[in-house]
Amino acid sequence: MIVAEQKALDEIRQLVGDAKQVLVVGCGTCVTVCFAGGAKEAGVLGSLLRMAAQMDGQPAAVTEVTVQRQCEWEYLDAIRGPVEKADVVLSIGCGIGVQALAERYPDAVVVPGLNTKFMGMPAEHGEWVERCAACGNCLLGLTGGICPIARCSKQLLNGPCGGSSQGKCEVGCGDSAPDCAWQLIYQKLAAQDRLHLIMEITPAKDWRSSRDGGPRKVVRADLKLPQPDIKE
Amino acid sequence: MNDSDGALSNLQKVLKAGHFAVTTELGPPKNADAEAVRHKARLLRGCADAVNITDNQTAIVRMSSIAAGVLAWQEGLEPVIQMTCRDRNRLAMQSDLLGAYALGMRNILCLSGDHQTFGNHPQAKNVHDMDSLQLVQMVVGLRDHNRFQCGEEIKGQSPRFFVGAAENPFGDPFDWRPYRLAKKAKAGADFIQTQLVFNVPRFRQFMTKVVELGVHRQLRILAGVGPLKSPAAARYMRDQVPGMDVPDAIVERMEAAGQGIADKKARAAAYKEEGIRICVETIAQMREIEGVAGIHLMAIEWEEAVSVITERAGLLPRPTFETPAVVSESA
Amino acid sequence: MLADEMKTEGPAPDDINIVAFCCHYCAYAAADMAGSLRFQYPDSVKVVKLPCTGKLDLQLILDAFEKGADGVMVAGCMEGDCHYQQGNLNAKRRVVHGQTLLASIGLEPERVRMFNMSSAMGNRWAEAVREMDATVRKLGPSPLRRPKANEGTP
Ligand code: SF4
Ligand code: SF4
Repeated sequence: MIVAEQKALDEIRQLVGDAKQVLVVGCGTCVTVCFAGGAKEAGVLGSLLRMAAQMDGQPAAVTEVTVQRQCEWEYLDAIRGPVEKADVVLSIGCGIGVQALAERYPDAVVVPGLNTKFMGMPAEHGEWVERCAACGNCLLGLTGGICPIARCSKQLLNGPCGGSSQGKCEVGCGDSAPDCAWQLIYQKLAAQDRLHLIMEITPAKDWRSSRDGGPRKVVRADLKLPQPDIKE
Repeated sequence: MNDSDGALSNLQKVLKAGHFAVTTELGPPKNADAEAVRHKARLLRGCADAVNITDNQTAIVRMSSIAAGVLAWQEGLEPVIQMTCRDRNRLAMQSDLLGAYALGMRNILCLSGDHQTFGNHPQAKNVHDMDSLQLVQMVVGLRDHNRFQCGEEIKGQSPRFFVGAAENPFGDPFDWRPYRLAKKAKAGADFIQTQLVFNVPRFRQFMTKVVELGVHRQLRILAGVGPLKSPAAARYMRDQVPGMDVPDAIVERMEAAGQGIADKKARAAAYKEEGIRICVETIAQMREIEGVAGIHLMAIEWEEAVSVITERAGLLPRPTFETPAVVSESA
Repeated sequence: MLADEMKTEGPAPDDINIVAFCCHYCAYAAADMAGSLRFQYPDSVKVVKLPCTGKLDLQLILDAFEKGADGVMVAGCMEGDCHYQQGNLNAKRRVVHGQTLLASIGLEPERVRMFNMSSAMGNRWAEAVREMDATVRKLGPSPLRRPKANEGTP
């Protein structure tokens, strides 16, 4: 899932400015399950914004709506009414949701209420960890299912570096230090008797499949809708 | 590497001739003062076969290793240019390699680099386009195949470096380290400098495995050694530096050295003396270990210690060769 | 909806309004007992019964303030004695988080507080209400209740 975190209220208030009609738009997918931008969070944020504005003596009408997925046109079309009425649309979807809203409603002022952090998963209650950096050419088959790009601080493909110590990465200290991805890879492959996979040198990566090749796009011809024949 | 001897680096000649090699380190200044490099270089002259010039060590901005290397070279040292994968992508690294070679540099040490969060620009974006093993492959490819990393042929002079890499025998997972060293040999590294050795038994264990794998015949291994300045420094390395192994016995030995000495200056001197003594003893032990072809002596910001240690360890004078090591000084 | 139960009929500015979210298994019963034993406690408190304080949602706390409360008490079972194992501990963390949220909009975090008691502690209930009443009185009415301040609420 995409993991996000709410921005500080001060920053959100700055982004909202002195708008009189604010629409908080939550998203019912990833950010709901990481408790950053679902219906509940939209409600709480709405209350806070209303109360904060009231405290300042400049009351604002803040309403909330949550769509199932902010990153799909179909769900966004359902909120046309409230979006068009709002002076500012405060999206608490991930960065994709914010952009989808902004694109679907070109006239709306759309601002982000979240900081989109990474693609990951809950490791335990209240704790989320990064798992994939969307490099575009997955190596997990070589590394025992542990991603060295997202999880090694130096993205080493032939790790570990000299700083790996007692299972922890050299970056960070104490218990808060992340696990050394290469320690995990080694352990996993050793346990499965598959160390031969990392005995070979993994050559320098072709980063074109990643962000370095420019914005990416996936096209599936088989799924494209047939273009309607345009007569006249 | 199949050059005629004339093009060999001094370090390469020393190792080829079977001498116990000595390399040391010079940290460029955090400013643009050429004299600072020259001064340190003069302290090191004659003590080592080659001198590593660090590359923004611990992720702190310093004078470029290539520029400082040229300055050190003008003072009569043979530099080993350190190059980390942290700050440059493959384009920048290759262009620097071309430049370094053109300026007379002949040795290179390929490193991943300390993470930038340790240094003075933790806000920086890191690169890590390649890792140190891939960097070794690239430098070897420039030399042995006359090809850039992308595969394109180099027309004209290709950079022909004597290629080094580092390995930390004390990093985890311990069992994997000898195999990782073997990967570096496979990538084409000519020599290895190790992390500082304080835990000699553990290092021996590592070397036994290395010898068993035959890696010591594929590349030359220089054991990292260095003098401790004080018990505080020893404790710091033991407790705070990831991947360092300083046994308690060493820390205690450093502590004991200052016991009963009231005068602050005298105590500091006693600590330093003990640090040097431990280092000299370690060097003697390294010479006994199969597969160890030399030492890499790290005395960062304590360059004065280098001549003392090499002298006492019986490593001076350093061998010289009839043909000048590198093209003679242009200055 | 619970929010409707909280609705207060235009309190005079000096009247203090405290909403107490009480667990059915302990504090609610304790309040009952306090009443039948005629323990004295301020009448500023309005009790809202929850099946467990674990039901407490941040939104409930915020709704209370938005609708004119000057203080919010959350009263659950003694730690370790939750009928649903750890609902009261969850509530405790939410109250702490609620305090930071209040602070972020400039309200005093002391306006919301967690209490623990058993169903037999009528006396403790009375005492808790007195404590909360005193705290809130000292802070004064919520700035959100100032004249004209309610206009923006839908
Ligand atoms: S290798 Fe690439 S695609 Fe696979 S998990 Fe890592 S970043 Fe994601
Ligand atoms: S310690 Fe491990 S995870 Fe951290 S940078 Fe080194 S190899 Fe990567």
